[in-house]
Amino acid sequence: MSNLSESKYRGYEADRSKYPRMENGKPVIDLESHMYTKLWQGPQHPGVTGNMAVELIVNGDEIVDAKTHMGYLHRAFEKLMERRRYIQCFPLVCRICVPEPDTNEYCVSAAMEDLAGIQVPERALWLRTLNLEMSRIGSYLMWLGGQAGSLGMGAIGQWTIGMRDFWLDLFEEMTGGRVYHMYMIPGGVRKTLPEGFRDRARELIVTTRKLLYDVENTFLSNAIIKSRLQGLGVISPEMVDEYGIVGPNARASGMEHDIRINNPYVKYGELDVKMLTSTVGDAYARAELRYRDLHQSLDLVTEILNRIPQDGPIQADMPNLLNWKIPAGQTYVKAESTRGEHGFYMVSDGSDKPRRVFARGASYTHAISVLEELAVNISISDLAGLMVSLHTCPPEIER
Amino acid sequence: MEQLVKRINGMIHLKAYNRQRDDLFFITVEKSQLELVLSHLKNNEGFTHLAFLQAVDFLEDSKFQLTYMLYNYDIRVNLGVKVLIARDKAEMTSIHKLWAHAWQYQRELHELFGINFPGSPRVEESFVLEGWEEMPPMRRDFDTKEYSERTFYQRPGRSTNDPKEYMKEKMYKNYAASPRIRRDDE
Repeated sequence: MSNLSESKYRGYEADRSKYPRMENGKPVIDLESHMYTKLWQGPQHPGVTGNMAVELIVNGDEIVDAKTHMGYLHRAFEKLMERRRYIQCFPLVCRICVPEPDTNEYCVSAAMEDLAGIQVPERALWLRTLNLEMSRIGSYLMWLGGQAGSLGMGAIGQWTIGMRDFWLDLFEEMTGGRVYHMYMIPGGVRKTLPEGFRDRARELIVTTRKLLYDVENTFLSNAIIKSRLQGLGVISPEMVDEYGIVGPNARASGMEHDIRINNPYVKYGELDVKMLTSTVGDAYARAELRYRDLHQSLDLVTEILNRIPQDGPIQADMPNLLNWKIPAGQTYVKAESTRGEHGFYMVSDGSDKPRRVFARGASYTHAISVLEELAVNISISDLAGLMVSLHTCPPEIER
Repeated sequence: MEQLVKRINGMIHLKAYNRQRDDLFFITVEKSQLELVLSHLKNNEGFTHLAFLQAVDFLEDSKFQLTYMLYNYDIRVNLGVKVLIARDKAEMTSIHKLWAHAWQYQRELHELFGINFPGSPRVEESFVLEGWEEMPPMRRDFDTKEYSERTFYQRPGRSTNDPKEYMKEKMYKNYAASPRIRRDDE
């Protein structure tokens, strides 16, 4: 299980031949021996992604053992949804993920539509695709700033978060909300595009590309960043299935799987989505892959803007949503978020409230099993970079 | 997919089979044969990705339903394997040897549903609830309202906590008298 003896970290090769002693694949750590220190990274720490904590055992500044602790952000969404009518779930689900709330909205609407057998109109599907793809851009911009910031380049974080705010302005025009949109509802979407939206979105795409050119020059081509990210947190292809790794983390290790291509939902089947992969599997490969994926998202938004039908219904004929009973059944709906497979498992018992809703977030394995495995043998200063490069997001873990 | 179901049915007794969508199927198996089915699906049928393992509480039947959601990268199909287990003294075989991240879900189910997975690593550790002494909170008979009334105090300033009554007082006081809602034919 543990890769203590075979470190793949190029920056510094630790000599772990004598200590810590391994027993049943786990290090035996005696804090009384004064060889090790226990150090908490989090729950309040600029180097962790959100509200979570990593309990580290360090030897000097090298991590010998890591353990993830959750529970600082538990809001019991799943329990709350069991006591609410279907339509009342929507203000809850978007709060599961701050940078990318629309994937949650889409999955919940699609799960309800699947159980109730509702067909969504064509135009609403296109609007949903636009919304999902724009939220991917917002999330990637936030990640880009986080990845640079975690390695000490705070300026890039300010650029990209500033650029994300312009995307949030577009969201505000489109949906009425900046961060949480509640745009998709069962049967379709709430609003059509406002006048002049397409032109403003196209302008913003050009501005974003200009910024990304700067980011590429200062961040991805930077020798210091390369030396810190290359060889850090290598995910081998064998680990992908073993640990349930999904999304860009898996694609950077050579796994050709993107839900937008393999199980197309909304209108992705009609769009030209390319499979972006890499074979290196380290943090730099993941960063580069996400950067290329961000450019692809900008391409896709351009294409979607050209193809959205100008007229047509945006809502299917729906029963009274305040008293909506969905036939008994079970379903699982998934979508590709920027972190990977994001899905909702919904069980209906025929009443007006869901029997069980489970949100499957990609970070569930990335932030616990995988992080605990990859954090061993790296330096404390690289842990923040590693966590961001796995794109961990605690609210997905404790829904 | 039909052939796969036939093959599994030849191996073990399949209790139910259900097609939800073209890329989503559910099968229900016996509790004792679950590990056999999962390792067969993983090693021989290509269902190598475990998306999640979760429980549903069917209080009225006093059963827990465990769902193991698998995915096959080649045929691009999700398969949910369902197992029904007894609700009191709930216990299930651990599958941490099949997937390295399965222990997380088992730890979560142990804490939130009170299902025990003997042999699963770190299963006794707390996941999100530190120092929790009530019954496992995701069980349906856990009364959230009673618990919060006992643990927290009410927000002052409200005489009633029924939102309908409260909003009627607050916003729709003159609702019936309002000329705006009068229909044309009245």
